[in-house]
Amino acid sequence: MGGSSADVLARRGEIMKAALGFDYAVFERSPIAFDYEGLMASHGLTIDDVRAIQRAAGVGGTPIIELRNLTDLVRSYAEPGFGARIFVKDEAANLAGSFKDRRASVSIHVAKERGYEGVIAATSGNYGAAVASQAARAGLKCIIVQEAFDSRHVGQPEIIEKSRLCEAFGAEVVQLTVGPELFVVMLELLEETGYFAASLYSPFGIAGIETLGFEIAEQMRELTGAPPTHVVITHAGGGNTTGTARGLRKAGAHETKVVSASVDLTGLHMASDTDFNRKSFTTGHTGFGVPFATWPDRADVPRNAARALRYMDRYVTVSQGEVFYATEALAKLEGLERGPSGNTALAAAIALARELPRDATVVVQETEYTGAGKHHWSQLAFARENGIEVRIGDPADNVPGTSIVIPERPEQIAVREIDLDRLRRSYVRNALEHAPEGYEPTPEDVAFLAEDSHTTPAAVERVIEELRAQA
Amino acid sequence: MSGQGACKQGDWVEVERVLLDPSERAAGLPEDTARQPLKMWVKGFARTSARVGETVEVETMTGRIVEGALTDVLPGYTHTFGRPPAELVAVGRDLRARVAAYRAKEGR
Repeated sequence: MGGSSADVLARRGEIMKAALGFDYAVFERSPIAFDYEGLMASHGLTIDDVRAIQRAAGVGGTPIIELRNLTDLVRSYAEPGFGARIFVKDEAANLAGSFKDRRASVSIHVAKERGYEGVIAATSGNYGAAVASQAARAGLKCIIVQEAFDSRHVGQPEIIEKSRLCEAFGAEVVQLTVGPELFVVMLELLEETGYFAASLYSPFGIAGIETLGFEIAEQMRELTGAPPTHVVITHAGGGNTTGTARGLRKAGAHETKVVSASVDLTGLHMASDTDFNRKSFTTGHTGFGVPFATWPDRADVPRNAARALRYMDRYVTVSQGEVFYATEALAKLEGLERGPSGNTALAAAIALARELPRDATVVVQETEYTGAGKHHWSQLAFARENGIEVRIGDPADNVPGTSIVIPERPEQIAVREIDLDRLRRSYVRNALEHAPEGYEPTPEDVAFLAEDSHTTPAAVERVIEELRAQA
Repeated sequence: MSGQGACKQGDWVEVERVLLDPSERAAGLPEDTARQPLKMWVKGFARTSARVGETVEVETMTGRIVEGALTDVLPGYTHTFGRPPAELVAVGRDLRARVAAYRAKEGR
């Protein structure tokens, strides 16, 4: 690293401004509030424009498939009259194998249009492959910065496969050991190259996901005559929930319930060298899902366009073993072999369908590609090699980082509810803590916090009073 | 390792570099991470010949010049699907039987 990390971090604002081509400061309203919809509209692209960009990029227009065998499986043990119809949006059909192509396509379009020579993204997930693929098509250079290895130079098979795919698409992959300094490395690379920051959390990326929600509403109207009653979304940094929900609304699907789902990795530290390879999921888990919901502006951009708390109607968790079981069931019952992380929402949907009436429709809104390394078999073998116990039993006995319990029967698949009011409270506390000391929230701030956490100004006022009483 | 202990100029290679010593790492890290250096691996075309462990400059796919210790020549991937986990092998058989039994009961 050239110079000290502190010097680079001090230049963070100017580096990101140059690397994104616009200034977030124009949207700031106060130390707490900002003009979210203004930020989201700043690219000037309508949803039709985004669809046209994606069609040209070979992205989107993926099929929705009804999972009739899984639906009947759920009905075989649901109470009479219960067992919703389950559908899946097969996002693995995108060029680089996941919904992240939607996100990347808009960023790369903007980078190309604004004359950048290349793009940089910091990600160990499918997004890297998506950016690399889109950059290859657009003739842009591409650097992907990955947290790839623990200090023994051992990496999850799922991440190693992602390194391989990024390289297959011609990207330079910068692989790092565990640690949040990855952000400083990314800033240095942006400064060195002058490339565009293809952040996961820019308004461009989120605009790219809106088409996914829009297509779901359209396709379900064709298939069943109405938008789905429920959409289940694998939730990590919040972009998937935010973009999909916004797209559903743009398509007029205002009644559709948005259910976010994460794999429960409670107790594992995201910056720990030893915990790094004790996680059997590298995304879609609570280690991202909870902190990003309660403080979205922890992202690599000044204001995160992904604000999941605005859009969630429910937030549920499932265990690692339940997702691996659902992945196996999807392959064996439906002829769809897909990557495990994307099936987090599928496991949750199997549980939700059981509690919903038969005329309800549940759409699992993504799948991801699978292959060597990025596969439930490889992830389970790797878990065993790292001392994790894998066994059949009651998934409720799962302990993240210690044991993975594969259900004995599908009836055991269940969701655990995360209390959204608890998350809202934590979000308001974070917002107040990030304001200058002694700053008094204005009525405009309270209105912003209410909107940003999907609640009422009165509820926000109550939380502020409670927090003050505690202090 | 590919088994090759040295590279020639123009070979596709991997280099390793320590970006931060433990003493330079960010504040507030968990102890197990804080005591390790932050390391980086990058691939590129070697600009000179070198033996594994020696310092060499590479030109990456984006044309950047990066210096590091040579770790591998023609670095590849060996990740696999592995063996089927015993805990999952019967899932397909059992679930198909349950769906069939349910449909038979429903008269379908």
